[in-house]
Order: sequence, then C-alpha cells, then structure tokens
Amino acid sequence: MRSSKASTRRHFLTLAGGAATIGAIPVVSLRPAGATPESMAAAIRNVVGTATVQTGRVKLDIPPLVENGNTVPMTVSVTSPMTSSDYVKSIHVFNEKNPQPNLGNFYLTPRAGRAQVSTRIRLADTQKITAIARLSDGSLWSVSTEVVVTLAACTEDVI
Amino acid sequence: MAAALINVPKKAKRGDVIEIKTLISHIMETGYRRTAEGKAIPRDIITNFTCRYNGEEIFRADLFPATAANPFISFFTIATESGKFDFEWIGDNGFSATASATISVE
Repeated sequence: MRSSKASTRRHFLTLAGGAATIGAIPVVSLRPAGATPESMAAAIRNVVGTATVQTGRVKLDIPPLVENGNTVPMTVSVTSPMTSSDYVKSIHVFNEKNPQPNLGNFYLTPRAGRAQVSTRIRLADTQKITAIARLSDGSLWSVSTEVVVTLAACTEDVI
Repeated sequence: MAAALINVPKKAKRGDVIEIKTLISHIMETGYRRTAEGKAIPRDIITNFTCRYNGEEIFRADLFPATAANPFISFFTIATESGKFDFEWIGDNGFSATASATISVE
C-alpha cells in the first residue's frame, strides 16, 4: 500500500515533469532565432560591403512610441538635388529585433524629383531602426532611431 | 484578384514633383506565426513592387515579412509627359497583380 502510494506520487511527478517539458518546448520555439544587432550588421554589410557609411542627410520619420507594432507608418527622406548627376540610387532600411533584419529596399531614379518614400512596417519589439541611402556618387549615408513598441507584431498568435 | 488602390494626380504641370500612393490588399503572412496547434503558417508575402512611367521604370521596392499587411507605398516622380503609370506587384505562391493610372501633363 505504501509502495503503491509512492508509485502514485512518482507517477504524478513524472507526468508533471513530462507536462512541464512539453510546455517548455513551444515556449522555446516561440522565440524564433530573430534578428539581432549582429544580424542587422551582417544585413547592412551585405548591402554596403566594406564601404564607410557616413551619418547624416537621411531623415527617418517614425513614431518614437508605437502602440501597435503591426502597422507602423514610416517615411524615409534624403537630402539630395535629384539631378541626373547627383541623385539617390537606393534606400535600405534595417531593424535589430524582428525575425529578420530587413524592413525594405527602395530603388529610385533621377526622375523621382524628391528622394522620399513612405510605407507601413511591422515591428516585433522595442528596437533601433537604421536607414541607409546610396547616392549616385557611391557615398553612403545613414540615420538610426529608437522606437518603443508596446504591442509586438510578426510572431503574435503563437501562444 | 487583389484589389489595388492607386492615387495619382489626374493633371499636373510639366516639371511638377507629384506624389504617387499605392495600396494593395494582401495578407502579408510573415511565416513566423503559428496556429493554436503550434503548426507554422507558411510565408505568403509580396516581394517586389515596380512602377513604370510610360514604360520606363521609375521606382522599385523589395518587400519583406516586415511590411505591414495591405502594403502601402508612396513615392515621388517628376511629371514629364502625359501618359500612363503601370504598377506591378509580385509575390509568393505565384502572386502577381497589376494596376495602372493615367496622367495628363500640360
């Protein structure tokens, strides 16, 4: 009788442990590897190579405090005359903590007249956003901004 | 298939910088979400957007899962001549949508 009690207890503990383990697996897989400051740096290197990136000329308009990360308005503008000899070729936007580090690549021509692009993005966490512009003379300019996100996007509905 | 909304001024003066706004209905499923049963929901996003002005490409964008559902993109161009803007979206699972808008330039 005593042994049966012990076995019941052991049985219960095994079950409880098993349940805990099962419970733990989704918790672990809930968090995808995700973009990290390192993977953002790698994504930026993929675009700019070894060239130096200067700070300035780019303006990143994004609310500093975001309630809903599912749709965040973002405007990137670059100070440029946009003539056929001096224009913005492309704008690349990166993030630190979404599941992957790219937010968008935009390719412009001198016919744009104004180097400005707006879109709506998703943000999974409070993080740093970096925009880099490549000019026709090959120079690269960047700006970074911190965004606080209260409701995360990208991986919701997982629980 | 997919509903697209385009906003281009009907008329413009030659040399004016005009804003073009585009919106297309699309779920933009990130591929990082799971169902209640823990099954991964496969990625289904628009990956490329192109705008041509009388056949010449004036704007192109690469989109990622980080683009919000129903992608909105706005950009600028110089009104050079009367004609047509062609918009094209390409995405996962063979998704493709086109739209166009006309402009008269004085």
